[in-house]
Amino acid sequence: MIETKKMVLGIKDVVDLQEEDDMPTEPMTLNMGPSHPAMHGTVRIILTVEGETVKDADVQVGYLHRAFEKESEYATWTQVFPYTDRLNYVSPMLNNVGYALAVEKLLGIAEKVPERAQYIRVIVGEMSRIADHLTCMSAGAMELGAMTIYFWGIKAREWIWELLEELSGARMTHSYVRIGGLAYDLTPNFAEKVLALFPKINQVLKDIQDSLYENRIFRDRMDGTGMITQERALSYGWTGPTLRSTGIDYDVRKAHPYLVYDRFDFDVPVGSKGDNFDRYIVRMEEARQSMRILEQAFKQIPGGPVCLDDPRIILPPKPAVYNTIEGMISHFKIIVDGIKVPPGEVYSYTEGGNGELGFYIVSDGSGRPYKCHVRGPCFIITSALSEMIVNKPIADIVPTFDMMNMIGGECDR
Amino acid sequence: MGLILLFLIPAAVFTGMAVALVGVIGVAIPWVASHPWGAWAMDPWFQALIKLGLLILLVVMPIASLLTWMERKQSAMMQDRIGPNRAGILGWRGWGIPHFIADAVKMIMKEDFVPAKANRFLFTLAPLMAIIPVFVTFAIVPFGSTVCPDKILQVITDTNQCTNGIGLQTAKMDVGLIFYFAIASLAVYGTTLAGWASYNKWSLLGGLRASSQMMSYEVTMGMAVLGAFMVFGTLEPQAMVYAQGPNPINWGIVKQPLGAILFFTAAMAETKRTPFDIPEGESEVIGYFVEYSGMRFGIFFLAEFIEVVFLSAIMATVFFGGWQVPFLYSDGFHLFGHALQMPHIVVVILQTTAWGMKVIFFCWFQLMVRWTMPRFRPDQLMNLGWKRLLPISIANILITAGVVLAFQAAGSR
Repeated sequence: MIETKKMVLGIKDVVDLQEEDDMPTEPMTLNMGPSHPAMHGTVRIILTVEGETVKDADVQVGYLHRAFEKESEYATWTQVFPYTDRLNYVSPMLNNVGYALAVEKLLGIAEKVPERAQYIRVIVGEMSRIADHLTCMSAGAMELGAMTIYFWGIKAREWIWELLEELSGARMTHSYVRIGGLAYDLTPNFAEKVLALFPKINQVLKDIQDSLYENRIFRDRMDGTGMITQERALSYGWTGPTLRSTGIDYDVRKAHPYLVYDRFDFDVPVGSKGDNFDRYIVRMEEARQSMRILEQAFKQIPGGPVCLDDPRIILPPKPAVYNTIEGMISHFKIIVDGIKVPPGEVYSYTEGGNGELGFYIVSDGSGRPYKCHVRGPCFIITSALSEMIVNKPIADIVPTFDMMNMIGGECDR
Repeated sequence: MGLILLFLIPAAVFTGMAVALVGVIGVAIPWVASHPWGAWAMDPWFQALIKLGLLILLVVMPIASLLTWMERKQSAMMQDRIGPNRAGILGWRGWGIPHFIADAVKMIMKEDFVPAKANRFLFTLAPLMAIIPVFVTFAIVPFGSTVCPDKILQVITDTNQCTNGIGLQTAKMDVGLIFYFAIASLAVYGTTLAGWASYNKWSLLGGLRASSQMMSYEVTMGMAVLGAFMVFGTLEPQAMVYAQGPNPINWGIVKQPLGAILFFTAAMAETKRTPFDIPEGESEVIGYFVEYSGMRFGIFFLAEFIEVVFLSAIMATVFFGGWQVPFLYSDGFHLFGHALQMPHIVVVILQTTAWGMKVIFFCWFQLMVRWTMPRFRPDQLMNLGWKRLLPISIANILITAGVVLAFQAAGSR
């Protein structure tokens, strides 16, 4: 060690070295992020590299921590919806639905929510899922340098978000779902507009597929990089497309159907090797399956109300609020005190864009959550990142990290 | 339509420039020289200076500047975007063309930042080392045939007949393309120094990647063009253009198709643009110029575009007949026994314009590639360079040598 120090300080000249192995080398510590283009501004990886090979990686998350769980404790049950929008901000509808289902489970009204509302929840959820997968696929291509693919995917995502904006009034932070139903019914001709999008979205997916699947450079970057075995993925607790890429067909929608998912005919695409390319094609196929579900949902959707008929849970209609004393009191109580949820605790899980999105909520009988914990799938998936990038080149971090689709809002909460 | 416009605007600009270039070099300077007070105008040093100066000011810089606009507009078209359209000169927005002026103003006005621990001298030197070689290499590029100032309005059959002809090439050197390789190798110092002097680990990685990549691909580049040397029997670009002649069947692309593809690939790697942009790799190592801002960065940026122009010029010269217009001989068009005679000056302007069209075409083609492909990984790039391109180029040399030898033996070369 002393010898090394001397040489580093220049006392021993390089020409004096007996053999090449005498050359003093030391690993370099490299700080990747949080202000690094590939790290989304929300992750920091402290790398120890030898040349370009990562020898050690310390993944640090939490730069986008917004105290979701603590904030929720100060909000009424309904006021938590805008916070859930900001979990996975690429597919907010899925978070809305997941949270609503958890509260309804605790209220014991899960079965009583009108069928039309359940169908609409499936519809908006699957649209969000397509948007989520499109974002992941296109951003993954972009960070490998294929900027054009990114814009194609983003264009398609924007079509979906435009429709969701028409539905909810907000492009990203929809806050569309309510406990016991929905904020509004579908807009006129919504089904036609969505169905008219499918040929265009399919064309975009086909374009992406055509330009990447047979592209030697892309395949070299994706094939066999970021590999993980089924056992390791399971032991980390992976779910969602990343788990399915290893060949395990666990999908909450199939395994534990919620809403009306048991009425649809759809497949769960699985990969075989668990590498980045498998994750890519699993996402691509899932986007197509979501369109299948949507087509069936639009055929089956019944008419009727979109909200439960229960004044303790659902706000009264505005004319009633302004013209009747009962309506006004009911409105006041729900807004100020919140919905009274019976004491107890419940864990409810749905299939989010990245995997099992779980809400563990505890109520003490008041109008506000006593505890609202989120099992963000990204957080669990990101925990495996360090294992997957060690002993690989620095360049492999990019596709591996991208195909995990780590969304800061959901991971750091 | 849009892509045609993208080609037509630079082409129109170039035609104007070609007229100005030929006008000054072939008409104005001889006119000055014809007076007793202007004998200095025929001084070879002055001639070389004025030729290189005009070539750079009238052709290279406008095309490089337009390329920044072309790149943005073309990528926008490929990606279904609108692209730059905001900047305007007195309300004239011209499809976003004024943006390159706005960009230049922005870069000049920005803070000239040097990191505290950077080596100031080398930090300043690096951008110069990057841009000066690419300017110097333009000295060997022939941009037209020979102007005979005495007979510009006559029809002449052979430009070698006139006594005081002015060659439209700055430096007629026997080493020709070897000079280009020698000077272009200097450019690697620019990138390596930039990476090293910035005192930033990421830029150091980028600089190392750049030096390894550029050195590896120089080998293939030299090997690929050796076949063309053998076929044309010369290293001098102007002589190569004469050897190719106006008939496209004799052009380099027909005689050396493999060499052309190999050279184009390797030279694209030299320009360090996607898919070979691993030294920059904005989502991986961010790039050797990560610490550069303002016009210092702008110089790297400009050098990259000038390299693109230069690569196109060499591609056109060696493999696509340089300034030769198909079937345009020095006295006019000859095709299938029909002839269309033209004055000398028209022929020269047509030829210079044709050279510009070829250059712009290859620029356009490189932009297409740049916005289509993802990026290599460094080790895959080395594999491609050393294990695939180099063996193929050596095989190309052997085959070419065999064929040339056979023709020589047959005495019909």
